[in-house]
Amino acid sequence: MGGGRGRAAGVRVEFTVNGRPRSAENVWPGESLLYVLRERMGLWGTKNACEQGECGSCSVYMDGELVCACLVAGGQAGGTEIITVEGLSGDGGLHPIQQAYITEGAVQCGFCTPGLVVATHQLLHANPDPSEDEIREALAGNLCRCTGYEKIISAVRAAATEMTAG
Amino acid sequence: MVEVNFAQRRPPALLDLSHLSEPKGWRRRNGAVELGAGVTYTRIINELGAELPALAIASRTVGSPQIRNRGTVGGNLATASPAGDAHPPLLATGATVRAESMRGVREIPIGEFFLGPKQSALEPDELIRSVSVPVARGPQQFSKVGTRNAMVIAVVSFAIALDLGRRSIGTGIGSAGPTPLEGSEAADYLNRELTGGGYWEEHRPLPRGVVDRFSELVASAADPIDDVRGVARYRTHALRVMSRRTLTWAWEAAGEGRPA
Repeated sequence: MGGGRGRAAGVRVEFTVNGRPRSAENVWPGESLLYVLRERMGLWGTKNACEQGECGSCSVYMDGELVCACLVAGGQAGGTEIITVEGLSGDGGLHPIQQAYITEGAVQCGFCTPGLVVATHQLLHANPDPSEDEIREALAGNLCRCTGYEKIISAVRAAATEMTAG
Repeated sequence: MVEVNFAQRRPPALLDLSHLSEPKGWRRRNGAVELGAGVTYTRIINELGAELPALAIASRTVGSPQIRNRGTVGGNLATASPAGDAHPPLLATGATVRAESMRGVREIPIGEFFLGPKQSALEPDELIRSVSVPVARGPQQFSKVGTRNAMVIAVVSFAIALDLGRRSIGTGIGSAGPTPLEGSEAADYLNRELTGGGYWEEHRPLPRGVVDRFSELVASAADPIDDVRGVARYRTHALRVMSRRTLTWAWEAAGEGRPA
């Protein structure tokens, strides 16, 4: 590691992203999972906004749990299974949640949408028929500065209906 | 991680303990929960609501689902912010921090753990292994003031724990001084009143004067500052209200035999 203030040597990080084994070389251990996903693996669906866990734009699954990728050190992701917004729809089409966001007009500038879609996915997986309070609670870590949230809540309800029917 | 993202810190090395299984577990031991430093808030909410009600209530107010899935009481303690949500419940219940280094294990009573803003009794070579929190023997409450119900650093917070076994109460004050505070004078006063008045033996509503005096003592234990989240006067006022309410809720629950 050399002299105290210098950067630590880079490490090789291997983890599974959307079902595929991926790796990145020379990752500085303090580099966030968000940086690794976007800048090293080209997965730009996960958005970089606040970098302090406030906004939820970088929400991904890590080993099945919803996390802010900006608050996970890249090195910590080694050996884990990451699912990003790109991995929600298996066949390359739109996931019913994504379709519901479009249909209900829940997307304006769109920057918060990927994080909200992942958080909605987690919610509906855990609770297929959430009440409005439960939706608000589950999405409390995802900020949207455009919509005022009403359309987002409608989209979650529409997706819940579609997914339980389908 | 936030400080690293913002280049406020560039540690020469990072040590990842998140893959070790022991810190991620908890177990009951001698009437307490030995809570591994790596147990997340989500797990405390899901698994320990009955054993550690005040800590579970406080955990529900931490950040967002994403933050609660990663955040831990161990991390909260090591940061030692006066606003840390776990601290008032740990103070109210008389928790003990187990710190470990190559030199051995050391038990630090929670009342001696916080030394200043973001300063704790941890030595540079010590890690928090676990925190031992007595299992609730009576109703507990936690209350927190913030600008919304999520992603809020406490403007001020307060916890109370009734111990029906030992017949005593404990308190903890957050975000109203350079460190989290115990408020022992308020707790001592209430303990004297409850014992002297025979309230433990025969449960009945607390006189308004006792509740008011208690809340005054809680407010005067605080040493708040004006900052971006709130002014000192507001914090003191809010503490008066929160301590009165949480005591009333907990005392009523005790009378009805409810946990909280």
